[in-house]
Amino acid sequence: MFDNFPLWPQRASTIAGNVDALYIFLLIVSGLMTLLIFVCVVFFAAKFRHRPGVQAEPIEGSTPLELTWSIIPMGVFLVIFFWGAVVYFQERTPPHDATEVYVVAKQWMWKLEHAEGQREINELHVPVGRDVKMIMTSQDAIHSFYVPAFRIKQDVLPGRYTVAWFRATKPGTYHLFCAEYCGTQHSGMIGSVVVMEPAQYEAWMSGGSTGSLSAGGEKVFAELGCATCHRPDAQGRGPNLQGLFGKTVQLEDGRTVTADENYIRESILDPGAKVVKGFKPVMPTFQGIVSEEQLNALVAYVKSLSSARPGNAMAAGSTSTPAKASAQGSQVQ
Amino acid sequence: MPDSQLTAAHNPALLHHFAEPRQQRDAASLGMWVFLGTEIMFFGGLFCTYLVYRRAYFGDWGAASKTLDVTLGATNTAVLICSSLTVVLAVWAAQTCRRKLLIGNLLATLVLGTAFLGIKGIEYKEKFEKHHVPGASFQFNNVTIPGHPDQYANPSHAEIFFALYFVMTGLHALHMIVGIGIFIWLTVMAWKGRFTPEYNTPVEMGGLYWHFVDIIWIYLFPLLYLIDRHP
Amino acid sequence: MVTASMPTVERENYLNKHYGVGSWLFTTDHKRIALLYLLSITFFFFIGGFFALLIRLELLTPAGDLVQADTYNKLFTMHGMVMVFFFLVPSIPAVLGNFLVPLMIGAKDLAFPKINLLSWYLYIIGGVMMLHCMLTGGVDTGWTFYVPFSTAFSNTKVVEAGLAIFVVGFSSILTGLNFVVTIHRMRAPGMTWSRLPLFIWAHYATSIIQLLGTPVIAITLVLVAAERALHLGIFDPKLGGDPLLFQHLFWFYSHPAVYIMILPSMGIVSEIIACFSRKRIFGYSFVAFSSIAIAVFGFLVWAHHMFVAGISVYAALVFSLLSYLVAVPSAVKVFNWTATMYKGSIHYDAPMLYAFGFLGLFTVGGLTGLFLAALGIDVHVTDTYFIVAHFHYIMVGGAVMGYLGGMHFWWPKISGRLYPEGWAKLAALIVFIGFNLTFFPQFILGYIGMPRRYYQYPPEFQVLNVLSTAGATILGVGYLLPMAYFLWSMRYGKPAPDNPWNAAGLEWKTASPPPTFNFDEEPVVTWEAYNYDELNRLPVKQETPVAR
Repeated sequence: MFDNFPLWPQRASTIAGNVDALYIFLLIVSGLMTLLIFVCVVFFAAKFRHRPGVQAEPIEGSTPLELTWSIIPMGVFLVIFFWGAVVYFQERTPPHDATEVYVVAKQWMWKLEHAEGQREINELHVPVGRDVKMIMTSQDAIHSFYVPAFRIKQDVLPGRYTVAWFRATKPGTYHLFCAEYCGTQHSGMIGSVVVMEPAQYEAWMSGGSTGSLSAGGEKVFAELGCATCHRPDAQGRGPNLQGLFGKTVQLEDGRTVTADENYIRESILDPGAKVVKGFKPVMPTFQGIVSEEQLNALVAYVKSLSSARPGNAMAAGSTSTPAKASAQGSQVQ
Repeated sequence: MPDSQLTAAHNPALLHHFAEPRQQRDAASLGMWVFLGTEIMFFGGLFCTYLVYRRAYFGDWGAASKTLDVTLGATNTAVLICSSLTVVLAVWAAQTCRRKLLIGNLLATLVLGTAFLGIKGIEYKEKFEKHHVPGASFQFNNVTIPGHPDQYANPSHAEIFFALYFVMTGLHALHMIVGIGIFIWLTVMAWKGRFTPEYNTPVEMGGLYWHFVDIIWIYLFPLLYLIDRHP
Repeated sequence: MVTASMPTVERENYLNKHYGVGSWLFTTDHKRIALLYLLSITFFFFIGGFFALLIRLELLTPAGDLVQADTYNKLFTMHGMVMVFFFLVPSIPAVLGNFLVPLMIGAKDLAFPKINLLSWYLYIIGGVMMLHCMLTGGVDTGWTFYVPFSTAFSNTKVVEAGLAIFVVGFSSILTGLNFVVTIHRMRAPGMTWSRLPLFIWAHYATSIIQLLGTPVIAITLVLVAAERALHLGIFDPKLGGDPLLFQHLFWFYSHPAVYIMILPSMGIVSEIIACFSRKRIFGYSFVAFSSIAIAVFGFLVWAHHMFVAGISVYAALVFSLLSYLVAVPSAVKVFNWTATMYKGSIHYDAPMLYAFGFLGLFTVGGLTGLFLAALGIDVHVTDTYFIVAHFHYIMVGGAVMGYLGGMHFWWPKISGRLYPEGWAKLAALIVFIGFNLTFFPQFILGYIGMPRRYYQYPPEFQVLNVLSTAGATILGVGYLLPMAYFLWSMRYGKPAPDNPWNAAGLEWKTASPPPTFNFDEEPVVTWEAYNYDELNRLPVKQETPVAR
């Protein structure tokens, strides 16, 4: 609407229209219901206003009426529930080959790292029309990644990864807010998502990359000696990580888990939690030794070892060179 | 006990806002049961927390649980069960006008309750000495997981076990102390001859409370001490 | 008209039976305890309101320029804690419930009068602890205390605030305990369950929630305090602790808590609408059972506060569906209240105006709950001003309107005086207008994306914030007026007859104010609730006090 007095948020993602449609439906339903009650109350208050000599009629109730106005609202509610659930599924199911961005939230800033290696603080540049998936964690308290124009929000927790995704539909700059109270500068933890035309985005990308995230991860992998046990042949003391990501893993205690981001992360920080079947629990913990950024890089590297991952940094288009890559790797926060 | 025909109008224990002793007794009874319901919810939050972490860290918790002294724990369980017996006997004694037996059983309950607390104190002291108290001085290195002799327990997860151990048994002990206070009061009242077959509600209600605290322990003991013990 | 020449003999009643501070501080009379509570919760209401005023003043401008960031964080935290735990949860049960429950069922007092007094002392102790906490630095975790911020990162008096709430929670439990036992065991002969006023049904349901829910937040706060003070690590992610576990434990109480806050108000609205429509509430048993249904289902929906917290999609689906289920009984009540007015004989006295306000505002607030239960929408609006608007519509537009309506309705019974009707109508109108102006813009603010707990914001949000602040000042005036004229009426108000409204209910069959033991003779009930068809055959409203 008006520039400095908006009454409706911008719509800049594929999901925004779906959310708005449900919202408008709810506005209509609520508006009608409010109007109905309002009209009844005003009408009854006026028509049945106390008049001398006129008594109120003692009416007990009406079971058919009770059933009607219980069942019909319940029906409407179920429709709303289903519609909301469908939209929610879309919101929480990232497309299979989305571009990945790693996000580390901390008091009171957003640190973002593209798979190709670009780092940003409080800003996220994305191309229009591309699926972007954010893999997020916090260094301290709980934060929440909120972009009103995209209608997405996801809490960012310490100790684990949470995921959100979007596909931007309109170039522009949109607010990024932290939406979970996190201390003094909670309202200062504001940034922007900059959606660019694909050509502009490519231009932006090629300036200032210091090596892809997974290349950095490969470096950390070597520096911390992971390769000693996790060998690509079957001879290592640790499981082979080639092709691991996304597969189901049999554990020593009989459980089966999926090797997702949280599994990789947990295996680095708490190796005894899920020991793979056929292996001994000899891996040391790296809790306190790796930073969040290094963890992200390692996760990206392990993902890159699974060949069916087109969104990862090893794809063509990466501008990392061995010379540049040496500057990366052991970045501390 | 002479004169069991006290009428409602003359019963000195009848409070003014009740119509008759039976109503007063029923109100007290319902009140105590409802209160115990709230206590179940109070401990329930802790049991929920316990369940979540036990499921997540079963191996580490097994290792931590094994360091608790199961003999002392079992002894304490026996002590409390005996004390519930003395409570039941005390209530019966009050109902059948046996003042000496009533006082004797109340005192026995007190002794057993105090013994429980004493044994708990010994356990806590031992935990302190072994650096199993959560916080800066916590240590739990190189403790193997039961059934997995080649794997060490994660000290952080064990620390969570001990944190819950202290909160749960500590809260239970606090309730025991309150129970002991209540029973001291009951003993004094019994000694003064305040309880008759017509009016012994405080003994019954105190008994209910004591039984509840006992039942909580009966859950705590296996959950905390017996997680993964093998013969 | 009042015949001013008729002598008003001051009969012995609960107010004048004993004088002196001691007779109040050591009373076991439920009516006096109700007044002790009235003073205390009014005090805390104004403290919480003062914090709200400062919040709204800060939000007049996009920059954070009135107070510092830390101060602002403490302001909204303490506004929430004080309003939720020291005003909304106790208000109606501890004031009107305490006063009326024995009267309405024909009893001389509650089942446990001394425990009633103890509950007030616990409230005071908790209140003093909270005041001390506020005066010596305050707390800035938000009333929701989320970990790990509250356990590991906040530098404020979290432990003290948590313990203060623990103590006042115990007060709440004891009130609930007293009501449940009283309603079960102390009803007068002939007062069967199906003859109980809906106010009693509402308080019974509320008490069930208080009893089952409050202990859970008590233990949760104990865990947070222990974690902070003793560095236990139960919620510490670095040790493997789970921050979501805290949220589950917290909301397991805090969602049912909102039903503690609204159910008593619904009970009041039933009484008022019946009286001022001069007929029985339409669908009495449906309304009674809806109260119980709300209490039961209210325990099953807590994780709808956690849809974006990191719970699984399937858990979210379950809680969303259950949240729609719990909306049905509330809707049923609104329809029944509206239907009660059909073919009634409607009077527009101030209590009824508050009931009208409740109907409108609770409807809006409740409908916006449907928005929030819809998963797809909640992702966008959770943690924004949409939520703030939603819960203020229910808690202020609903609960407080009901509370004020009830205070007006039963003021003659409580004080023996009539309040000035003209001023009361004006205050009701001011409250209604001020309230809507304050909170309706916040729905819009939320949808366009303004997050909660922000003290600085992008400039395009300013116009709506200014409207909201303007409304808040009007609302404040609306709240001050009843304070003023209730106080005035205690000295200068017309003496009230036993039953100024010609209302149904046992409380109106005894004097205004009642004697200490409530009834001169124990009532024996032989009529159904809301016997307005009989009462309507009596002469019109009494204006003169009935001499005995």
